[in-house]
Amino acid sequence: MATEADGAGTGLVFHPMDQFIVKPLFGDGPVMWYTPTNATLWMMIALLCVVALFVLGTRGRAIIPTRVQSVAEVFYGFIYKMVEDVTGHDGVKYFPWIMTLFLFVFFSNMLALIPKAFAPTSQIAVTAVLGFGVFIAVTVIGFVKNGAAFLGMFWMKDAPLFLRPIIAVIEVISYFVRPVSHSIRLAGNITAGHAVVKVFAAFAGIAVIAPVSILAITAIYALEVLVAVIQAYVFTILTCVYLKDALHPAH
Amino acid sequence: MELAAAAALGKFIGAGIAAIGAGIAAVGVGNVAANYLAGALRNPSAASSQTATLFIGLAFAEALGIFAFLVALLLMFAA
Repeated sequence: MATEADGAGTGLVFHPMDQFIVKPLFGDGPVMWYTPTNATLWMMIALLCVVALFVLGTRGRAIIPTRVQSVAEVFYGFIYKMVEDVTGHDGVKYFPWIMTLFLFVFFSNMLALIPKAFAPTSQIAVTAVLGFGVFIAVTVIGFVKNGAAFLGMFWMKDAPLFLRPIIAVIEVISYFVRPVSHSIRLAGNITAGHAVVKVFAAFAGIAVIAPVSILAITAIYALEVLVAVIQAYVFTILTCVYLKDALHPAH
Repeated sequence: MELAAAAALGKFIGAGIAAIGAGIAAVGVGNVAANYLAGALRNPSAASSQTATLFIGLAFAEALGIFAFLVALLLMFAA
C-alpha cells in the first residue's frame, strides 16, 4: 500500500481503510449486536435528520410551505413520481417503504461526507440487510399477488421452446444475484469513494505535491457528493424495478 | 519463506489485475452515457423520460466494476 505519507516531517501515517473499522463508542470491548458503535451512532443521526426534516419540518402543514417543508415536499414528490412511473399505479401502495429506504440511504450517504464521520452504507452488513430485505419482500409480494404464476417470470413464452430451459436457468441465477449486486453496488461505491479521498489525503502530507493533492481532494469530494445522491437514487429505482417485476411478472 | 513472499506478492499482483476490471467497467459506463447522449441529441423531447433507464443502465454497468474492486479489496485485506 503506497499510503504511508511520512514526508516533510508531518508524521501523517494512516491507512485508507481505517475509516471503515467499526469501533465501540465506549471502551474497547468486543462488538456485540447490542454494542453502540460508530456505525449505529451515524445510523441514528441519519434517522434523527429524517425525523427533523419530515416530522418537525412538516408539522405546520402550511398551505404556503416554509423552507424546510418545501424541501420535504420536493423529496416526497420526487420519490412519489418515481414509484408511480416505474411500478405503475398499483405500486403506489408500497410508496412508504420505498421512501423509507431512499431517505435512510440518502441521509447515511450524505452524512458520511462530513469529515470524521462514519459511513454506515460502506458496511456490507448494513447494505446487505437493506438489499436482502428488498429481495425477500419483493419475492413474498410476487407470490402473494400472483401465486404460482410468479414463476412464469422465469419461463419466457416468447423464446423458442428448446431455448426456454436454458433461459430459465439464467433467469433464476440472475434473480438470486440481484440482492448481492444490489447491496454490493451501494457499499462498494461508498467504500471506493471514501478510500480514494483518504489516499489523496495521504499525499497531502508530502509538501511538494500537497497543493495538487488538496485540489484533487476537492474535486473528488464534489464527485462523491454526486455519487452519494446517485447511489441513493439507483438503490431506490432498482427497488422499484424489482417491485414492478413482482407485481407484473408477465412483462 | 520464499513461498510466503511469493504469496504476498501474488496477492498484490492479483489485486492489480482485478483493478483492470474496474477500468473496463468504466468503458462500459462511458458507453452507456455516450449512447444516451447520442440518442438524446437526436430526439431531445424523449430524453427526459429516459433518464431513469439511463441510471439503471449506468448502475448495472458500474456494479461489475465495483465487483472487480471488491475482488481487489478481498485479495489485499482478506486473502
